[in-house]
Amino acid sequence: MIHSWRNGDFWSGLALAALGTYIVTAARRWTYMGEDGPGAGFFPLWYGGAMVVLSLLLVAGAVLKRRASVAPAVRWGDLGRALACWAAFVACIALMRVVGFAIAFALLAWFIVAVMARRPQRVALPIAIGGAVAFYALFELALDVALPRGMFF
Amino acid sequence: MDILSGLLQGFQVALTPANLVMCVLGVVLGTVIGVLPGLGPSATIAMLLPLTFRLEPTGAMIMLAGIYYGAKYGGSTTSILLNVPGESSSVVTCIDGYQMARKGRAGAALGMAAIASFIAGTFGVLMLMLVAPPLAELSLAFSSPEYFALMVLGLALVVLLAGASLTKALLSMLVGLWIASMGTDLFTATSRFTFGRVELIGGIEFIIVAIGVFAVGEVLGNIEPKKPADVLPVPKGLRNLLPTRDDMKRCRFAFLNGSLIGFLIGILPGAGSTIASFMSYGIEKGLSRHPEEFGHGAIEGVAAPEGANNAETGGALVPLLTLGIPGSGTTAILLAALVLWGFKPGPLFIHDSPAMFWGLVASMYIGNVLLLVLNLPLVAVFAQLLKVPGYAMYPLILGVSLVGVYAVGSSLFHLGLLALFGLLGYAMRKLDYPAAPLVLGLVLGDPMEKALRQSLMMSQGDLAILFRPIPSVLLALAALLLLIPLFKKLNAVRVQMVDKEA
Repeated sequence: MIHSWRNGDFWSGLALAALGTYIVTAARRWTYMGEDGPGAGFFPLWYGGAMVVLSLLLVAGAVLKRRASVAPAVRWGDLGRALACWAAFVACIALMRVVGFAIAFALLAWFIVAVMARRPQRVALPIAIGGAVAFYALFELALDVALPRGMFF
Repeated sequence: MDILSGLLQGFQVALTPANLVMCVLGVVLGTVIGVLPGLGPSATIAMLLPLTFRLEPTGAMIMLAGIYYGAKYGGSTTSILLNVPGESSSVVTCIDGYQMARKGRAGAALGMAAIASFIAGTFGVLMLMLVAPPLAELSLAFSSPEYFALMVLGLALVVLLAGASLTKALLSMLVGLWIASMGTDLFTATSRFTFGRVELIGGIEFIIVAIGVFAVGEVLGNIEPKKPADVLPVPKGLRNLLPTRDDMKRCRFAFLNGSLIGFLIGILPGAGSTIASFMSYGIEKGLSRHPEEFGHGAIEGVAAPEGANNAETGGALVPLLTLGIPGSGTTAILLAALVLWGFKPGPLFIHDSPAMFWGLVASMYIGNVLLLVLNLPLVAVFAQLLKVPGYAMYPLILGVSLVGVYAVGSSLFHLGLLALFGLLGYAMRKLDYPAAPLVLGLVLGDPMEKALRQSLMMSQGDLAILFRPIPSVLLALAALLLLIPLFKKLNAVRVQMVDKEA
């Protein structure tokens, strides 16, 4: 049982079982079958129910699996890098409200090149600034596609 | 409209300067992303789709389709020179293509890949042109129950071949159905799964999910440092890229095998070009007079799979355009594109939108010629792309994703959703949940629910309507497919196919 705690199938199965339960609960509040035919709750009730059953099967499979067949342990380094990149992406979106697309994007590009890829500033800065200018020139000026604007830009 | 006059109209559409430019743009971009490992046609088409909203739809579709089949040409370059497939459909080309390159025959391998792709790709388009109109006529007899059953069968096939774990593939599809049902129910005006957010009343745009799962998820999945690639050199001069007369003679059957297998597998939802290329390779090896050469640089081992993965494109477009049923993540995005532009892929598509259908078909003939002309002399240039470091590509992909999603509704809320679906895509990748069933569930969720509810309205709630002859056969087939994992021998074959795809 202890090895289940380190198994992705166990946790993802539990999360999906919770999602399925939420879907079923929500669908039960809507009409299942009315005078004109199936209501808004008909379809979600069925796929939500299927989701609960399948995800519990996944959890059971993860618990009953023998130790040797459990998936390899999580590579925390890789996971950390991916999550750091994702956090930078989220921060870039949040910053757009204030500084607009060009500056937020330049900061994201700089972070990926200088911090994550550990490239020197002479590589990171041209990619960050050049990229932001190129995006602005191509989309805003040439293609007339609106980019997110901040409070100042 | 007969086929010949349709094709004539198609060439009139495809040969306009604007559409020719779109075709060139599509196939060049397709080749580039095919060459680059880690960036696939699904991600590229998803990212560019919102930017095509201002374009004329036929030209935009010609470009997106060009990316789709162009990527398959480009994928072979990486397989042959680097022993790393640029596209999953070029995996099998690594086996003999890389061995040929190591023996100093990279030119012949690259040339044969381009020629086989051209021959089989053209065959695929020819078959699409011949098969699609009669199939569309036949499917005119379909009504809601038949459509519902057809979509169930399509999803069952995709789920069956999407991943080693059928449970995970089914769960991925169910999540897709859930996302599809967010927003206002059009039958009853009930708000479903909106979490009290006004932005969700209209539902979640397909494109946000597709870009998040494919493009952002792909960047997050590839962000870990990798060793620089050792690229084998491309011989200089066009003459060194042309296969010998003997090579061409040896590959006669491979061209035919790749073309037929590729097209037939392409028609089946879920099977896809990777399985097509593996099957044609297996058949080629099985029927060869010198099977011992396979794996050591047999040129037929390049021609057959490269032909198959290109002929598959024509096959995959048959159910997409005539029934509105996509068979893969990429074709699901193409379906979404057509719907967003106001077209209705299905039995009436060819009749209602002849310029789009025949223009697309004609552009694919032109695109295949362009790819052959471009790939042979420019392969050395494309190979240089393999030296572009990942850290320069990732900001570009994330930037285009942000611009693309923002172009959909000028909403920062959409960008927040993009980040969320990017994380979902990464988690799915790491936990071995296939993305294709999710995307297909999302695309087919709405029409599937509509078809089911319309069927039950027709029968006043009686499920017997789903057991009319055609739907019952289709549903029985779907059930049988989903029971395959219970049979050890059949499941072993399924897992083998899925492993090859992976």
